[in-house]
Amino acid sequence: MSTWSPYDMNGGTCVAVAGADYCIVAADTRLSTGFSILTREHTKVVTLSDACVLASAGFEGDRKQLHKVLGMRQQVFAHNHGGKPMSCPAMAQMLSNTLYFKRFFPYYTFNLLGGLDKSGKGAVYTYDAIGSYERTGYACQGSGQALIMPVLDNQLKSASPLLYPPVSSATPLTEAQAVDLVKDCFATAGERDIYTGDAVEIVVINRNGVRRETMPLKLD
Amino acid sequence: MQPSLPSHHPLLGPDTAILAAQQQSASASFFHNQRTNTAHQDANSNAVLAPASGAMPFTVAPPQAHAPFDAGALAFDAAITNAPPGAPNKHTTYPYVTGTSVLAIKYKDGIMMAADTLGAYGATKRYKSISRIVPAAPTTLVGAGGEISDFQYISKLLTELNDNDVIRDDGVVLKPREVFAYLQRVMYNRRNKFDPLWNSLVVGGVDQATGEAFLGTCSMIGVSYTDSHVATGFGNHLARPLFRNEQRDDMTEQEARALLEKALRVCYYRDKNSINKFVIGTVTKESGMKVSEPFSLSTEWGYDAFVHPTKHALGSW
Repeated sequence: MSTWSPYDMNGGTCVAVAGADYCIVAADTRLSTGFSILTREHTKVVTLSDACVLASAGFEGDRKQLHKVLGMRQQVFAHNHGGKPMSCPAMAQMLSNTLYFKRFFPYYTFNLLGGLDKSGKGAVYTYDAIGSYERTGYACQGSGQALIMPVLDNQLKSASPLLYPPVSSATPLTEAQAVDLVKDCFATAGERDIYTGDAVEIVVINRNGVRRETMPLKLD
Repeated sequence: MQPSLPSHHPLLGPDTAILAAQQQSASASFFHNQRTNTAHQDANSNAVLAPASGAMPFTVAPPQAHAPFDAGALAFDAAITNAPPGAPNKHTTYPYVTGTSVLAIKYKDGIMMAADTLGAYGATKRYKSISRIVPAAPTTLVGAGGEISDFQYISKLLTELNDNDVIRDDGVVLKPREVFAYLQRVMYNRRNKFDPLWNSLVVGGVDQATGEAFLGTCSMIGVSYTDSHVATGFGNHLARPLFRNEQRDDMTEQEARALLEKALRVCYYRDKNSINKFVIGTVTKESGMKVSEPFSLSTEWGYDAFVHPTKHALGSW
């Protein structure tokens, strides 16, 4: 007899890298369920403002709802503050609260928030499904996490957040180098993770605004 | 404890003998007391729907002391649900009458959607003329697989939505992507209530202003996406590989129809919960929305693999 679950795992991988004056947020565009690919062109990345981009993997229904909710709150905030968008650290805290509000029926999403902080420095926030979060220099979430994270650790190892006085966790790479690294990461994950592939969407946030580019990945 | 029945109560008829018998056989459950209270308030306040509390009509009023006992309601409920008194609300835990795949593709003029007309009761081909592709807005079709009654409820929601546009008569009507956004939220919200609408929906249409074709699909838990071709259920396994090879957004109507018929035929050959009676709906910018009369496809069952299904399958019997 068939039964149902309120959750599904639709896969996907997200990567974010913070630089001194830029931030990169990237996610693949495959949407899967089980051994089926539902579609090959599905964005997991939402641009919340000029300073804030969110990428989420996991359950597509929750992802859509979460992105809608945050987009809506961002819009209301801007309306209430003379068109000024919420800062990236503020959005980071709000995302945590939004996730934790559903602590006992969680959004099954694995989120990365990237953007620029008030001083214009790249910021990456990484979350679990129920709202624990941390600001880091780079992060990876989703089905390809275990494949990509060690590569990022190896290539970008950033200063420990325990250091005092604090040392910037932003990567020393240039923007172009970091974009190349992200592309390599997705090409690599796509070789081994069946839930990562088709294309990778790379969003770059810098002082000129938000730019989106796409690189094809293998379709298998 | 049986509260006394006021003989003047409007909900109770004069046939007290029947009432007394029913009272003896049934104990008042929490649930039924609540329901009775709501009805009691309604009758006393002459409000047709809303309880006196001002809550929404479908919320249950808090229990009241010395409420009259509506034995009729209890007997009726027990008869149809067979649930013990005080049992919790039951939600859909599996579908009863189901429809199978819906297939849809974009083509040069708009979209084309196809499904068979079967409402299956388990493995029984129970209802053979159910239209699973319905108009939802002036240039939007919705097709559904899954529980037929849930789909009929969804159709009702869409009809009401569309009626509002007709009544307002300001030329503003729902676009396909708006119908899609609405249905996504309906499905996701019911999922959040752990009371899902047991359907896979396909929304297809054309934006009247831009002429742009739209195709999207949404599952019972709110997993949704748009693509140039979509298919629910078995169709996702059987038809979409064909679509991936052959569908193009600029194909002609004849090509699109041929592709859909090919896919329908494959689905019919392999999906036992399907019948050879189909409808095809189209939405185009020029000629609007059409759903065909039911038709059937020619079939060929003499293929070697059909006649000897295990001949080439080593290790099978």
